[in-house]
Amino acid sequence: MDASLPAHMRPERSFQGFILALQRFWAEQGCVILQPYDMEMGAGTFHPATTLRALGPKPWNAAYVQPSRRPKDGRYGENPNRMQHYYQFQVIMKPSPPNLQELYLKSLAAIGIDSAVHDIRFVEDDWESPTLGAWGLGWECWCDGMEVSQFTYFQQVAGFECAPVAGELTYGLERLAMYVQGVDRVYDLNFNGRDGDQKVTYGDVFLQAEQEYSRHNFEYADTAMLFEQFKMAEAACRKYLDAGWRDGGNKKQHLMALPAYDQCIKASHVFNLLDARGVISVTERQSYILRVRELAKACGEAWIHTEAGGAA
Amino acid sequence: MPELLLELFSEEIPARMQAKAADDLRRMVTDKLVAEGLVYEGAKAFATPRRLALTVHGIPARQPDLKTERRGPKVGAPDAAVQGFLKATGLKSLDEAKIQRDPKGDFYIGLIEKPGRDAIDVLAEILPVIIRTFPWPKSMRWGARSGKPGSLNWVRPLHAITATFGLETEEPDVVKFEVDGIETGQTTYGHRFMAPGAISVRRFEDYEAKLKAAKVILDPQARKDIIFADAKELTFAQGFELVEDQGLLDEVSGLVEWPVVMMGTFEAEYLAIPDEVIRATIRNNQKCFVVKDPKTGKLTNKFVLTANIEATDGGKVIVSGNERVIRPRLSDAKFFYETDLKTKLEDRLPKFEQIVFHEKLGTQAARINRIERMAAEIAPLVGADVAKATRAAHLAKADLLTEVVGEFPEVQGLMGRYYAKAQGEDDSVAAACEDHYKPQGPADRVPTDPVSVAVALADKIDTLVGFWAIDEKPTGSKDPYALRRAALGVIRLIAENALRLSLTKVAASALAGLSVKSADAQKLPSDLLAFFADRLKVQLREQGARHDLVDAVFALGGQDDLLMIVRRVEALGKFLDTDDGKNLLAGTKRASNILSIEEKKDKRSFDGAPDAALYSLAEEKALAKAIGEVKAEASAAVAKEDFAAAMSAMAKLRPPVDAFFDKVRVNDDDPKVRENRLKLLNEIRSATRAVADFSKIQD
Repeated sequence: MDASLPAHMRPERSFQGFILALQRFWAEQGCVILQPYDMEMGAGTFHPATTLRALGPKPWNAAYVQPSRRPKDGRYGENPNRMQHYYQFQVIMKPSPPNLQELYLKSLAAIGIDSAVHDIRFVEDDWESPTLGAWGLGWECWCDGMEVSQFTYFQQVAGFECAPVAGELTYGLERLAMYVQGVDRVYDLNFNGRDGDQKVTYGDVFLQAEQEYSRHNFEYADTAMLFEQFKMAEAACRKYLDAGWRDGGNKKQHLMALPAYDQCIKASHVFNLLDARGVISVTERQSYILRVRELAKACGEAWIHTEAGGAA
Repeated sequence: MPELLLELFSEEIPARMQAKAADDLRRMVTDKLVAEGLVYEGAKAFATPRRLALTVHGIPARQPDLKTERRGPKVGAPDAAVQGFLKATGLKSLDEAKIQRDPKGDFYIGLIEKPGRDAIDVLAEILPVIIRTFPWPKSMRWGARSGKPGSLNWVRPLHAITATFGLETEEPDVVKFEVDGIETGQTTYGHRFMAPGAISVRRFEDYEAKLKAAKVILDPQARKDIIFADAKELTFAQGFELVEDQGLLDEVSGLVEWPVVMMGTFEAEYLAIPDEVIRATIRNNQKCFVVKDPKTGKLTNKFVLTANIEATDGGKVIVSGNERVIRPRLSDAKFFYETDLKTKLEDRLPKFEQIVFHEKLGTQAARINRIERMAAEIAPLVGADVAKATRAAHLAKADLLTEVVGEFPEVQGLMGRYYAKAQGEDDSVAAACEDHYKPQGPADRVPTDPVSVAVALADKIDTLVGFWAIDEKPTGSKDPYALRRAALGVIRLIAENALRLSLTKVAASALAGLSVKSADAQKLPSDLLAFFADRLKVQLREQGARHDLVDAVFALGGQDDLLMIVRRVEALGKFLDTDDGKNLLAGTKRASNILSIEEKKDKRSFDGAPDAALYSLAEEKALAKAIGEVKAEASAAVAKEDFAAAMSAMAKLRPPVDAFFDKVRVNDDDPKVRENRLKLLNEIRSATRAVADFSKIQD
């Protein structure tokens, strides 16, 4: 931890200071610090800076905060740590550096978790995303019995082998910050690190939003529109993928992988909303997941035929 | 003799894979050594979260030399053949070959000497192959090299390989090889946090000691012993008792290199949750042990955690951190439990109409209906109250839809019992909610309450008949619906409760209740019976009893009362242990053998009663008389289900059978006498069938 920081910027006092400390740490490791992707998504992994950039031979090191939207996890602001919107901090390094575990532990030190007094453990947890056609091996990282991060070596994304393999770290920011600040309710987190009148809590920022979105997600989200939107996003994705092959479909170079992938992200979020509204049956559920996966795979294929995806 | 030290140092290996990996490493290396002619004295393998280690001692320094002879062409063979021979053997000229004479002529013999190689060179060749082909259940690629084909697969990134070989008294050599850019050496590393520095090691002895100094306990058993002893002491010191849990101990010992056991506390209000739910919460999510109060036998509000570090603050932060994680978990569990209590079990049942049990066997609701009907039918046969058995079958599966069971599947049944009690069900009904799943295996408890027994049998027989009807029988190692376990469960329920039940009747009734129609409904009950016979044999074999006797009893046909089969097998076993039994068996087999030879010869059988007028010898007459008496006596005893008495009756047959074979020549010159004597032999065979088919008994 940086001792020169003013009190209100210290990661153990301030949620924003906590995020800034992580960003600064990973910037120092050579990561580009991106801003959140401007679309709704269920996890930071969906960000094209992870999903697509994990594919292809080119080195890529990035870190960013990504809001995660999990419509089903909304609890109208009444649960101390479950929300339909929360932040993930995502790090991706390709190829995975040999000292990624050490870097991760140093990043914990940078946010005030001292490995001399805490019990930090790497516990088996293999990661799989059926919607992204992706899997990897790794761990959930425990601090004193609490899962604080997910650590994964990507083996496959969008149905393609990762060569080379990227290492991915995902920090659950609120949970970690609650631990470091010593609060038991997420809405009690000190957001800006100030005291008295100047103090802004996580609740001040997000409690109303949690209540409103829970209402929306469970009760009012327009399902007819959402079903339509799913179909539209799926069709648009296919259309952009087809149109993107250079020289009329020679399948050698693709020019629209990113816009097509946006539609895949869109379809996935719309599906999550429909799921939260409870209008998708168990059997249908599987087929929707499969449809999103097919889009993700096709986008992955397009991506490896782009310049950043490593096409010659 | 020299010893090998091998260590594969990696990122954290999943706890569940460590023991097998250590074993695989030992087996693969030692098998290969032996195959290379290097017979070793001993080997031991170890695993921690970050390393697999192997020591093999007493390896010869060199392979033995190998001498082989190779037969070449005939003396005077064409030059091409001679040249080929010289090339193949490496001889410079035919002068170096021997000449050997055999009936076909003179041949050249080349002696090929293959000198043994140094063991260290052999190791340098075999170890990288073993590493590359190591059988991890799941493995991965990593780092820059994973961009190219052929990169190493390991369970998690592999960082260093220590491989040394040498005599105890000397500085050992490094077994030099390289795998995926990792060169062997003699450097390893200590505990991730407490002693992360490099350590130079020579051989196993100093390796293990240096690791210990660097806060790594290499031997998993030693880690388990420490955790177990410390946890017991810690709880005992506060007047409590550790709830022992071998599976958890195994797992926890695979998560730490330096176990430090500590105790934490949770709020006493959570003790309102059933003990089993508290345990599942703390065990599954937090990998901690629970603690009971020996005075009450109930859990207390303590838990035991195992950290991987001696924290500089003595562990205060770690304990309070774990307490902070356990609190919301228990709070969730309490919430689930209290929510569950608000809904009556029967009110959950309509939901089962939406849940498919198996696509061909219909919904869970349909299955519950079938089990209810069968339980009502079986109840009078096992002394259970029909109304209670029906009620229990009605409710027994309802807890599958509760929040607690959704969260912790291992407490299914048990929660049903809690919820049934809470809504005021009869004790037997509540018990059956839990016990109808039993026995789950050969070591599990068998329920004795008749209501539980009726529902347990109904449940298992419905499962067996259902999957038989849709032809989903177990094959080889595949038994996805655990049908073998279900059949063994039925056997144990019947045998241990001494129940009288016609399995074919019960199976036929269960079959009639299915909506799906089986292709061969006629054959199904007898097929299923054969499956029970197999299971019974397996069970007897595991108990060390004679499983071939099951065949001898089943071969009589019409046997579908498991209890009678078991009793008959027991009595038969005892009888065959006596001299009378052994000799009678030998005599009967001898009769059978003679008969089958003569039947083949004459192409006819020798059934039918012998003609008393044709008996000429006293032994014939005596045997015929004994057979008549024994048959009647044994059949009467069997009818009274007194198998011991039936066997005693059989024993009386032995002296006349022995005397007959001693004095009487079966193949008499007079064909009529011969035929009559063969018929008498057939009578021996049929007499013994009163108790079992002796021909199916192995000697």
